[in-house]
Amino acid sequence: MDIAAWLARATADADVRGLPDLKPLLDTLARATQALRDADAEFRHPAGEHADAAPLDHPHDQDAG
Amino acid sequence: MPHPWITRMTKTPGSLREAAGLVERREVSPVELTRACLDRIAAGNADLHAFITVMEERALAVAARAERSIAAGTYRGPLHGIPVSVKDLVDVAGTPTTAGSRVPPRMPAHDAPVVANLLRAGAVIIGKTNLHEFALGTTSDETAFGAVRNPHDRTRSAGGSSSGAAVALLEGMCYGSVGTDTGGSIRIPAAACGITGLKPTLGEIASDGVVPLSSTLDHVGPMARTVEDTALMFHAMLDGEPRLDRLSAEAVGPLWLGVPAPYFFDKLDDEVVRLFGEARAALERAGHTIGDLAIAHAERTADVYLHIVLPEAAWYHGPLLEQHADKYSPGVRLRLEMGRYILSEDYLRAMHARAALRRAVDHALEGLDALLLPALPIGAPVLGEASVSIGSAREPVRATMLRLTQLFNVTGHPAIAIPCGLGRDGLPRAIQLVGHRGGTERLLAVAATVERQIIAGAGSVGGGTG
Repeated sequence: MDIAAWLARATADADVRGLPDLKPLLDTLARATQALRDADAEFRHPAGEHADAAPLDHPHDQDAG
Repeated sequence: MPHPWITRMTKTPGSLREAAGLVERREVSPVELTRACLDRIAAGNADLHAFITVMEERALAVAARAERSIAAGTYRGPLHGIPVSVKDLVDVAGTPTTAGSRVPPRMPAHDAPVVANLLRAGAVIIGKTNLHEFALGTTSDETAFGAVRNPHDRTRSAGGSSSGAAVALLEGMCYGSVGTDTGGSIRIPAAACGITGLKPTLGEIASDGVVPLSSTLDHVGPMARTVEDTALMFHAMLDGEPRLDRLSAEAVGPLWLGVPAPYFFDKLDDEVVRLFGEARAALERAGHTIGDLAIAHAERTADVYLHIVLPEAAWYHGPLLEQHADKYSPGVRLRLEMGRYILSEDYLRAMHARAALRRAVDHALEGLDALLLPALPIGAPVLGEASVSIGSAREPVRATMLRLTQLFNVTGHPAIAIPCGLGRDGLPRAIQLVGHRGGTERLLAVAATVERQIIAGAGSVGGGTG
């Protein structure tokens, strides 16, 4: 799941659960998660060993079968 | 027949070692020591909120037994008859473990192993100390038992989460404390209050019987007034066998220290920079070699940390949040709820990065005795403030306080905070030494050397007993 889709679902869920104050924290978390994913190459994500791997910053954007 | 106690206490001992010497020589009795600590608690706790539970009756009974045992010639070592405190995240049989929360406490039937070891060493558990609720914070203003106030300035935080322990030591309410440290929760309050705090190597001291925050990052460790006292507490907590010669057995010559400047020195207040510089200069004048270095990926620490601590905390608290959400402090509840949204993929990504960070710190330590850096980027913040000034910028308090300590929770390296003096604002500042994994004993020996040099170079540091 990419970050935008994740944030949209998490924010909607927080609303349903009556936790509107959670939304700014989720925004912060989204930025941290994006930064962590962006560091996949730096941390040598093992998928990088596959020649045809998806871009390392979004290895699972397409749903796997 | 052994002689009875020969004098009455006329002055409160300033350190655990001093108190232990007086007890061993029967110049001060454990009951006197315990009563003196209880008096300090009675005088100061209503305002400082250092203790949640004071175990007066039980402590005096244990002290009386210790007194009889020592008088009969059975002296168990430097912790025998010495009053110590336990963070109220750690189980002590027969007392509630509140974790600083209004959430219903655990009611343990058994002591945590670390407490059992202390009791085996003869320590007197005097009470359970206050903390940031469930150890999920660094300011200790989110607790059901009153914000923990810093004795240096009561409008300010004592740090966190093991804040009550630091205040209890600073105020002479005990001689050693059990703390826990998931992102800096021993070293941060030690730095904010001007005492010493050790996070041992990951897993070295058992965390069984401790309310978890993060099973990957939680550490249990000692807090005390000096490095020597911290070593005595460490050994008592580790295996119940504290001895003075266990510290001195580690020979220390001229030290090789590395200062990791990039990232760690990006956001420091002026007094941290000044006092760290003075400490470094004192060490160099004493013949120790100090070089600058960089730790790869260090700037990724907070992101990695967040994606480990939050989902692990959310796992433990999930059932409690379902039943008792309204009993959590609002901020603590929200941070726990945040962890419920982290994807397993990102948790595992952070665990993978953790291994790389561990290798990076191992690499930085090659050929060195220890890393040397500040322990806390600022002096103790004002209670209730969400941000703090560093230079012309406003920075978030929590992230700032964790900035210099949390990497070593992620990597598991032992780290110790030592006072390096008072800033011009009257607030303590501290250095941090980081040792090799599995090298806690060596780190303590290095820290004892560094402490001596800092004291020699800058005059007396740290907090007295008041």
